[in-house]
Amino acid sequence: MNTALSTRPPEDDRRPGELTFRELLRWIWRQITSMRTALILLLLLALAAIPGSVIPQQGVDSLKTSNWQDDHPKLTPIYERLGLFSVYDSAWFSAIYILLMISLVGCIVPRTLHYWRGLRARPPKAPRNLTRLPDHAAYTTPEPPEAVLERARSTLRRRRYRMEADGDAISAERGYLREAGNLVFHLSVVVVLVGFAMGGLFGYKGGVILLVGDDYGFSNTPDQYDEFNPGSLFSADRMEPFSFSIDDFSVDWLTTGRRAGMARGFASHLDYQETLDGPEQSYDLRVNHPLSIGSTDVFLIGHGYAPVITIRDGDGDIVKSGPTIFLPTSQSFQSIGVVAAPDAEPTQVGLEGEFYPTVAFSQQTGSYYSLLGKPLDPMVSMLVYTGDLGMDDGVPQSVYSLDKSRTTMLTKKDGTPYRIDLREGETVKLPDGLGTVSFERLERWNKIQISQTPGKWIALAGVVLALVGLLGSLFIRPRRVWVRARRDGDGTLVEVAALDRSGGGDVAAVVDELVEALQREDQS
Amino acid sequence: MTDAAWESLSNQAVAAAGLLYFLALLAHLIEWASLRKMPVASGSSARASVDVPGGVAVATGPDGADDVAGEQRARRTAMFGRLGYLVTWLAVAVHLVGLVGRGMAADPNRVPWGNMYEFTLAGTFVVAALYVALYRRLRLAWMAPIVLAFVLSVLMVAVIWLYSPVAPLTEALDSYWLVIHVVSAIVATGAFTLGGITSALYLVKARSLAKHGPRQSGYVARLPQPEALDRVSYRLHAFGFPVWTFAVLITGPIWAHQAWSSYWNWDPKEVWAFITWVVYAAYLHARTTAGWKGRNAAILALVGVATLWFNFIGINYFSSTSQHSYAGSAPAIHVAPER
Repeated sequence: MNTALSTRPPEDDRRPGELTFRELLRWIWRQITSMRTALILLLLLALAAIPGSVIPQQGVDSLKTSNWQDDHPKLTPIYERLGLFSVYDSAWFSAIYILLMISLVGCIVPRTLHYWRGLRARPPKAPRNLTRLPDHAAYTTPEPPEAVLERARSTLRRRRYRMEADGDAISAERGYLREAGNLVFHLSVVVVLVGFAMGGLFGYKGGVILLVGDDYGFSNTPDQYDEFNPGSLFSADRMEPFSFSIDDFSVDWLTTGRRAGMARGFASHLDYQETLDGPEQSYDLRVNHPLSIGSTDVFLIGHGYAPVITIRDGDGDIVKSGPTIFLPTSQSFQSIGVVAAPDAEPTQVGLEGEFYPTVAFSQQTGSYYSLLGKPLDPMVSMLVYTGDLGMDDGVPQSVYSLDKSRTTMLTKKDGTPYRIDLREGETVKLPDGLGTVSFERLERWNKIQISQTPGKWIALAGVVLALVGLLGSLFIRPRRVWVRARRDGDGTLVEVAALDRSGGGDVAAVVDELVEALQREDQS
Repeated sequence: MTDAAWESLSNQAVAAAGLLYFLALLAHLIEWASLRKMPVASGSSARASVDVPGGVAVATGPDGADDVAGEQRARRTAMFGRLGYLVTWLAVAVHLVGLVGRGMAADPNRVPWGNMYEFTLAGTFVVAALYVALYRRLRLAWMAPIVLAFVLSVLMVAVIWLYSPVAPLTEALDSYWLVIHVVSAIVATGAFTLGGITSALYLVKARSLAKHGPRQSGYVARLPQPEALDRVSYRLHAFGFPVWTFAVLITGPIWAHQAWSSYWNWDPKEVWAFITWVVYAAYLHARTTAGWKGRNAAILALVGVATLWFNFIGINYFSSTSQHSYAGSAPAIHVAPER
């Protein structure tokens, strides 16, 4: 590999092995573009991808990642420094694949030029001694050599060999397209990477939890998203100006069979406008059936319940009303949520607890649970906190949990937590003149994912092209075949030899088959 | 037929297929045990030893006094070999019945790979079917005991630990991509598994040759020459790799884009599928790189098959973040509660 080191004789007063800057660069380039380096980089890439499948990734599941970080306070700073929470954007992972790409381009470009020049090359001359080749055969025949060679020519032409007469021998070669396939495959890898990078840099992905009903709507601007992950070169000007609302949402609950209780056939009936003043259209958004608006795709990826809970404070004023989104934590849609009333008098009131679509009581655990995701008997069960909910100091906090550090939990006289259990339509009066809480009715929400992935067609075209190239490079067999016929006593000695240049083929079979073809026509 | 009847037919067919695989394995074990007593033809070339083991023995029967006894034994050995192959055919057919029954038992009817049990059932079927289909073309007689032992044990694992009754598909799986994506993944898995077995035997054979030189009897002595094993292994991998590319890098992303809004999510299953792809790409490169040919390439093939099966079974059990975890009960439609 490092021919630059050895082939050049040491000039003037340099010590042997000492390199000029240019030689050093050339040596580095040779090293990077060598096959061995490419192989090691490939293995490194495989190895480097592993941590990302073991450690939760920020970009994949940020909730799981923050939970993991809370559980491992000692490891977290170390991991963070190593970029282990976002392995696939980390410097070291990028370094590997960028080096691999450099190596690939450095290997492919010279090979393409070489291939281009060699495309019209004639098959090489027949070696003097064909029987020295590992795969060869010989036989004698009474026919004159010219007849044998003529037959060999037509046989090889039928097998689409490129031929060259060479005295008493024929040189033939085929399978030139294998290298083309190989080059196409490697170049397509670069195309895929370009498409992938475009998606990552210019695209975005966002999610929004939207309540079902015509009263609630969504229009496509960054501030309307609950979570918004733009690429680093993303610009909001490219966002399509569509808007939609969820007119209706339907679910089929399996009531019989082994998966009874499972929800299927989710469908969100969207009313949408592609532009601000465009016509209103409708679409049934389902899992596996996204809605495409321009270059943006809209997906249904989740659903849940939003009980409408109203809090009246000690003065009888409504301090909190409207639907509250509860997040499902189980298959039966047992959900958690928080209702906060920071404006309540005489003190702020916060409720935290669970929602059960079809409530049941377990004697074993002594607590409620949800029997079914279908809302047959919905109930909320919550604990009450009073004091300072910490919502006025401007520190952002999750709307799904309460900051309980400066609050007290209401308890009963015997010291057990004071719990309010409300079925739909019920109202409960809080003690100490704090007010009342009512569970008015139930609404639903859908989690909608929206993404714009520029370059996805480039990436797809790249992989398809890569596959085509791959098929060519694996299944086209480049072969050289030589047939020599010369007078030998009364008859003709025919020698056949073949060479497989891909290293995968069974050349012996090729020789056998060719000899058989030559001899078969012998008799005809 | 009712769904319940189909389901019990499927269960019985799988049990019957297991039994048939076992019988075929027995037949081949008898064949190979009997072959131990016969010397491998001396000076057999690489090409001759690729032949059916019984065939070699017949062609090179020992000369001398015990000619008749030797010939009789050779005939019996060859018969057990043929019997084993025939029973394997039968087992594959019954295995197919089990698979089809599984699909017919679901309401609505569907492709039979909606959960781990069904994936494993389909995966082992492809391994066995590819083996019988390529038996003559690649002259795989020497592989018989190992393939059968593999298929039988994985099938047992499926029936004992992975079994789950027929149930309707979860929503995210309900797509025609389930057919295309999973079929190609399973077919590639079958080819890679056979390739991995061949590569393992390549290592065994090469080591035995290096340590003891050509031996006169025993299983290893009757394996084809390392070059022939390497070529068979390459052919299997060369078939599997494009299919795997199609499954993992084309249909997978297309489906992921439809179901999860992003064509590549770095989900653990995707990551491991990618790792497998990279390892097999390295294998194909290694076969043409000086210093990596032969032994190192074969080791890479084994690493590849290990990542493949870890992904196929392991990820479903060890990773809780994977959206591909179909082990256990079906996941609720994915919800990402974050803000």
